Amino acid sequence: MHELSIAMSIIELAEEEAAHRGVQVEAVHLRLGTLSGVGKDALLSCYEMACEGTVLQGSRLLVEDVPVVIFCATCRAQRPLNSVQLFRCPECGTPSAEIVQGKELEVVALEIKECVPNPV
Amino acid sequence: MRTEPRLIEVRKNVLKQNDVIARALRERFHAAGVFVVSLVSSPGSGKTAFLENTLTLLRPNNRVAALVGDLATENDAQRLARSQAPVKQITTGTLCHLEAAMVQTALEGWDLNDLDFLFVENVGNLVCPSSYDLGEDLRLVLISVTEGEDKPLKYPTIFNSADVAIVSKMDLAAAVEFSWETAYNNIQAVRPGMKVFRVSSKTGEGMQAYLEFLAARLAELRHTASV
Repeated sequence: MHELSIAMSIIELAEEEAAHRGVQVEAVHLRLGTLSGVGKDALLSCYEMACEGTVLQGSRLLVEDVPVVIFCATCRAQRPLNSVQLFRCPECGTPSAEIVQGKELEVVALEIKECVPNPV
Repeated sequence: MRTEPRLIEVRKNVLKQNDVIARALRERFHAAGVFVVSLVSSPGSGKTAFLENTLTLLRPNNRVAALVGDLATENDAQRLARSQAPVKQITTGTLCHLEAAMVQTALEGWDLNDLDFLFVENVGNLVCPSSYDLGEDLRLVLISVTEGEDKPLKYPTIFNSADVAIVSKMDLAAAVEFSWETAYNNIQAVRPGMKVFRVSSKTGEGMQAYLEFLAARLAELRHTASV
C-alpha cells in the first residue's frame, strides 16, 4: 500500500505549482495508467486524507484511467489490450511487450480559482 | 472581482523526484562500471537465499556487494554477510518498497569503483516496488514454485516493470506438483519474450546459466562504457 506516499507526492507537486503561480487549487487532474502500480480507489481516499492541513485541503483529485496500448509489429499499429493478462494484439494475436501507453502516473493539469476583474 | 475556474497545464510525473535521483544513480553506476541488479518478489519466495547463493558463487572472481531492504530487522543482512560480501540493511519502517533516495543514502561511504556487481534486494512485495526506479540495470522478479503458476497473471504490473524472471525453489517442484510449462506460459502471456531462469538455491540447479548471463551483461556494460 504505497498510495499514501503517492498521494503526498501529488499534493507536494500541486502545492509547488500553486505557490509558483500564486493560485488556489480546486482540483488536480491526474492520468493513471493501468500498469502504473497504483490503485485508484486507495489513491482517492489517501488523497483526501493527505490533503488535510495543507493548502490543497478540500480540493478534488480527478483521475483519468489510461488503458494499456501496445505496438503490434505485425499490424504495424498501436492496439489497446483487451486484458492485462494477455499481451497480444487483439486483432492478429501477435505477442507484444512494447508498451506504448499504460504506465502513466502524471499530473496533467490543475483546476484553479483565480480572481478576475468584473466585466464592465 | 469574481472568481472563475480555469485549467492550467502541468504535465509532470508524480514520481519525478524519485526518477531524477534514479537517473543520477544510474549515471554514477555506469561511470564506476558497476552492474546493478535489483530483486523483487513476494515475501518468502527465496530472495535472500537466492542472493546469498549468488554472492557466494560470484565472490571468488568478482567484487560484489548488496543492499537489502526490509520493514524491520537486520536478519537478512546478517544472513547475506555469511557470503563475506559487504552488505548493508535498509530498514524502511512502514514503507512497503525501496525508493531511489534510500539506495543513495545507503551507498554513502562505499566506493563504487571497488565493485563489479551491486545487488539491491527490495522489500518483499509484488505491488508497490513496481512504480519506483532504483537506478538498476536489471530488475529480477522472483516467483517460487510453492506460490502457484498463476502469480504472473495476478501481478502483471510487476512483471512489466522487471526485465528477467527467476523461478525459485525448483527442488520443491515435484512435491508441490508445479507445472513449469504453465508458469512459463503465464509469464510469456503478461510479458512476451521475457527471459526466465529456473533455479534452486538449495541444489544449485540453474545457477550457472544465470551467473553466465550476469557476466555477459557486465561485459556488455563495460564495453558500451569504453566505446
